Amino acid sequence: MEIFNQIAESLQKGDHEKVAILTRKALDDKIAVQQILDDGLIAGMNVVGEDFKHHRIFLPSVLLAARAMYAGMDLLKPLMIKEDVRTIGKVVIGTIKGDLHDIGKNLVGIMLKGAGFEVIDLGNDVPPEKFVQTAKDDNADAIGLSALLTTTMTGMKDVIDLMKSEDIYGKVKVIIGGAPVSREFAEQIGADFYAFDGMNAVETLKAYVKDR
Amino acid sequence: MRPTIEFLDERTLERILSEAIDILCKIGVEIHNKPVLEMLADHGADIRLDNYRATFTEDIINKALTLAPSSFKLYDSLGNEAVDLSEENVNFTPGSAAINVLDYESDKIRKPTTADYIRYAKLMTRLDHIASQSTAFIPADVEAKISDSYRLFLSLLYCRKPVVTGAFTIEAFEIMKNLQLAVRGSEKELKAKPLTIFSCCPTSPVKWSDVTSQNVVDCARYGIPVEYIAMPLAGFMSPVTLIGTLVQHTAETLSGLAISQLTNPGTSVLYGGSPAIFDVRYETTPMGAIETQMLDCAYNEIGKYLDLPTQAYIGLSDAKLLDAQAGLETGIGATLAALSGINNISGPGMLDFESCISLEKLVLDNQICGMTKRLIKGMEPKEDFPMIERMEELLHEQHLLISDHTMKYLNEEHFMPSQTIDRANRARYEEEGGLTLKQRAHKEAEEYLAEYEKPGLSEDVVKELIRLMEEEAKKYGMDKLPDREE
Ligand code: B12
Repeated sequence: MEIFNQIAESLQKGDHEKVAILTRKALDDKIAVQQILDDGLIAGMNVVGEDFKHHRIFLPSVLLAARAMYAGMDLLKPLMIKEDVRTIGKVVIGTIKGDLHDIGKNLVGIMLKGAGFEVIDLGNDVPPEKFVQTAKDDNADAIGLSALLTTTMTGMKDVIDLMKSEDIYGKVKVIIGGAPVSREFAEQIGADFYAFDGMNAVETLKAYVKDR
Repeated sequence: MRPTIEFLDERTLERILSEAIDILCKIGVEIHNKPVLEMLADHGADIRLDNYRATFTEDIINKALTLAPSSFKLYDSLGNEAVDLSEENVNFTPGSAAINVLDYESDKIRKPTTADYIRYAKLMTRLDHIASQSTAFIPADVEAKISDSYRLFLSLLYCRKPVVTGAFTIEAFEIMKNLQLAVRGSEKELKAKPLTIFSCCPTSPVKWSDVTSQNVVDCARYGIPVEYIAMPLAGFMSPVTLIGTLVQHTAETLSGLAISQLTNPGTSVLYGGSPAIFDVRYETTPMGAIETQMLDCAYNEIGKYLDLPTQAYIGLSDAKLLDAQAGLETGIGATLAALSGINNISGPGMLDFESCISLEKLVLDNQICGMTKRLIKGMEPKEDFPMIERMEELLHEQHLLISDHTMKYLNEEHFMPSQTIDRANRARYEEEGGLTLKQRAHKEAEEYLAEYEKPGLSEDVVKELIRLMEEEAKKYGMDKLPDREE
């Protein structure tokens, strides 16, 4: 439908005002919320993601598009609860206890949000209990753990151990990232996924929720 | 004449400073450390404990600037003067706290071991153009909680050079100080002859965490020199413009200076940093980017203008291997840094966004450091005028190879690189095995390691260092430290 293309295109241009206007129009035209979300906003962000990956656009353009996406989302949100429309997934993220690095984690959060995920950011220096409790309370699909220090990366395992004893391990997936960690380390501690940057985190979690 | 380079004219520099002071006095600094906030309040800062904010006064900044010494020296573990951080003196130190080492055989990264660290520290004893060692990477074969102090322990055990280091937690400071006291014998000796510099990082924008601000305070108390490592990322955590990022870096660094000087007036500090641009294609913080290097040189000018000794993370590369990119980024950085007169240049050996050390790169970079130090000696006439007599000598003898003038000045005029730098003609190069750069650097390293000599610490000091470290390890559930080869 034409309106979806228009939403997607405005979103790619980072025109948040136009995205809001078009989203409102689509709602007025009684198009289903799920469809506006999937075929308009998320479809547009998918193109943005591909363009970024191939260096056709740079990070600021991605974030402008993400902002435009939120402009549309803000209008959809109240209706989503009513119509029981789900976002593509809910992720709790934070930096491990003892570690103050949060730039990478913040970027991952912004990009996940931009891709349509609901993100609960717990900040930095986060104890294991807080990750697990929030994931339980908010019914999250995944926990995203960040560590930039060799001294704190081991704290990721503490979160996983606690998830096991609280019986949410396996149900809630774990994705990890940060300079000292790797795919092998993820396997070693029993994390489900590893991602090396924000875009990769988006791709990885999108692939997971799609297969689910 | 010594060649120099400048990026800021005086008007711009003064404006950057006044803008930075404006930020400190109008917006203030977020400091997650109550005692530090209260101390600042005692000196007239307006503080708010609910959001951890301290708004400075110009008086605080001026006081800090007046109190901070304009130079200091580092002494090796035997107490000999080793690094002179004054005026435009240029010294190099390896990049520090890497997460990985680059394996020589496989060209792959791996987590470092105690054996790697010992090799590194032994190698450092012989890299003459790198004045101090750093705790260059984090051995992964000990409990993570002691890995920051353990590397200092190994450094002190195997190499005499002073150490650029840092703690990862508030708790680790204690053991890292005690190791130094074991070497020096008393607090008074340690104050008189600093052995280490601690890196302490503010968080951009204009914020101090409890850990890093406490490290600043603890260092000041014991007279352990600190380098402030503010890391504004241009275009992300600071303005995209280099000048805007410099303003922010200045504010962040001056806030650290105030914490040090108000804690212990006159304590030694380096006006340092590690600002970088943010690469909006790859989501990375390129240390080898030319703009990053320009930022380093420019804030050095600000530090010098404030009459403070300086430090920077420059002369390192983001390459993954010891390749041409590694050489060019390191070479350009080290050259600019030396021309700028940065007092302590942290970089040699480092790859991959400060995350990977290569011992072969360290050997190569030692040569780069040697070359840049030659560069800034510049040129000046040495019995060159009048030239007539020497010309006549040349015409008469047909060469000047054994001329008195040559014998007298050869070594100071020409820097003699090691065999890692290839200057053989092709046939000789092939006869000598046609080795690659990496192979030559490795060979040089192996030669040094074979000739290694211990630093000469007394038996008692060695025993005490081991006792302290073993006790610390036990605290964190490690009954035994990894074996150390002799
Ligand atoms: C910027 C920086 C800082 C800033 C942090 C500011 C902030 N708000 O975060 C400051 C200056 C404050 C800082 C402080 C310190 N730092 Co620091 N820091 C860095 C640096 C240079 C870059 C990190 C960064 O932000 N990169 C840019 C972002 C975008 O990339 P990123 O973090 O890697 O994140 C990406 C991916 O990793 C991934 N990712 C990250 N998290 C997650 C999470 C999930 C769920 C997923 C899916 C993906 C993912 O996606 C991100 C986006 O692309 C690194 C070097 C490095 N190579 O990482 C050192 C580094 C990590 N720091 C280091 C050190 C030592 C420290 C200090 C201890 C120094 C000191 N003594 O004060 C303190 C930390 C104190 C503490 N207890 O935490 C060392 C670590 C050494 C080690 N072996 O552990 C490093 C490697 C540098 C070095 N060699 O010294 N640091």
